[in-house]
Amino acid sequence: MSTVSHLVGTGLVSGVQVVAVVLGGPVLVGTMRKVRCRLEGRVGPPVLQPLIDLRKLFRKQRMRPNQATWIFPLAPVVLVATVAVAIAITPLVTTQPALSSSSDLFVLVYLLIVGSTVLALAGMDAGTAFGGMGSSRAVTIGALAEPAMLVTILALSIGAHSSNLPAIVQGTLAHPGSVATPQRLFALGALVIVIVAESGRLPVDNPATHLELTMIHEAMVLEYSGPDLALVTAGQSMRLALLLGIFVNLVAPWGLSTSTQSVEVVVGLVALAAKVAFVGITLSVFEVFTAKVRLFRLPELLAGAFVLALLGVVSGLVVR
Amino acid sequence: MSGSGYSSALGLVASVVLLCAVATLWRRSLGAIVRALAVQGLALAGVATVLGIHHHDAGLLVVALLVLTAKAVVIPMLLARVVRGDPGSRETQPLVNVPTSLVAAGVLTFLAFAASRSVTSLVPTTAGRLIPIGLAALLVGFFTLVTRRKAVSQIVGVLLVDNGVALVAFLATAGVPLLVELGASLDVLLAVIVLQVLATQLRSKLGSFDLDQLTELRD
Repeated sequence: MSTVSHLVGTGLVSGVQVVAVVLGGPVLVGTMRKVRCRLEGRVGPPVLQPLIDLRKLFRKQRMRPNQATWIFPLAPVVLVATVAVAIAITPLVTTQPALSSSSDLFVLVYLLIVGSTVLALAGMDAGTAFGGMGSSRAVTIGALAEPAMLVTILALSIGAHSSNLPAIVQGTLAHPGSVATPQRLFALGALVIVIVAESGRLPVDNPATHLELTMIHEAMVLEYSGPDLALVTAGQSMRLALLLGIFVNLVAPWGLSTSTQSVEVVVGLVALAAKVAFVGITLSVFEVFTAKVRLFRLPELLAGAFVLALLGVVSGLVVR
Repeated sequence: MSGSGYSSALGLVASVVLLCAVATLWRRSLGAIVRALAVQGLALAGVATVLGIHHHDAGLLVVALLVLTAKAVVIPMLLARVVRGDPGSRETQPLVNVPTSLVAAGVLTFLAFAASRSVTSLVPTTAGRLIPIGLAALLVGFFTLVTRRKAVSQIVGVLLVDNGVALVAFLATAGVPLLVELGASLDVLLAVIVLQVLATQLRSKLGSFDLDQLTELRD
């Protein structure tokens, strides 16, 4: 009986996580835009604008290229589905989400990669030159970010003796000092660069640009319209919120609920929202002062993340 | 200082020394390279301070102060003056490009690990376990010295090697005698002053710090 109620509880909490991120992701994007606009002396759109845009897009007519195959309509669904599964099993609000034993960092990374691969295929599927260019760039960045991501996971899992995310987070909750160890700091530094690259923010990709020379993500999804575009946009904002959520819970897991009690879950939600909002605002303040890196200089940035993570692994082996 | 706090703090400052060595390979602007050297000097002084506090050794704290003055303040200031003579000067075309250099730095770090295994087993202390990090910083500094073209980055490379040697000495022996450290620091300072004059001369004759332009002898 208790196992059944446990299953129901974890399932419910995972559902809460998914709903919170689906609604919170666009709000996060809106907040980041607002902060950026205010710092640049503009009023900026309301914080809820991305949500309103999503509603508008869902009501619009769906247009698909004539030449596109079945991949084109499938990609947005797969993108949102993989991100939603990743959100459901990640310890964002509680350390006990559903299927927490499979909430391995490797699983999460490859779930996200499935989504971005399908989107890259869809970019080429439409048959336009822009889509192919965007896909090729996105895949290049993904291929460069992946080794850095994997070594970062290795560095993070040395301390906890596990690559299971709930185990790492619980280890941090039990031993708060483990955040300040060199391997953790280096790994988190590398993780920041990888997250920026994976979520297509400055200085890797400019999410606001429509200038053909610099577009990456925008070029890839140029042919999408209506509800399809809404799914792609929602998937992208959910992905950003998820990555930032993983990051804040690795840096400061405090406030995270350790059970599936409703009071603790509410506290966990509030703590998550506050932490992610703080990191998001910091990121957009940083973006005001950065220019986009030239595409050919990106390997340097991501190789830097790789070496940073490697140093994390090395110091994790030496410092005990 | 408690056991785990000591090992964690020492690990952190030692890792920062290595990180700064890698940063000189990562960054292109000469100003940033010199700043990385200054931060490395600061971290090296941090290593001496942590060791000094742990061993209750006042001499080591004096050494830390000496390292701080020479390697984190005076030498970077001298180099910054050279860089200021040619603002916007960058390491545009290193012999090995930046991503490859960074991967090489990773390989060198593991090489340092493999090579220092026998040394580490001789020094079974917390500090002794960190010797590979010092050796890696030394090797990465040597890589900077070999693959960078500008005079300033090569001087920084020499100083990185010197800092790596100093780090290994601190970690292996828990404190060099004050006299030795004083001698070594003054030596390095003198070398930097000579190299600074040389680099300035080079720029006034050739218009850049690029050593590859020195291909023929003239009187």
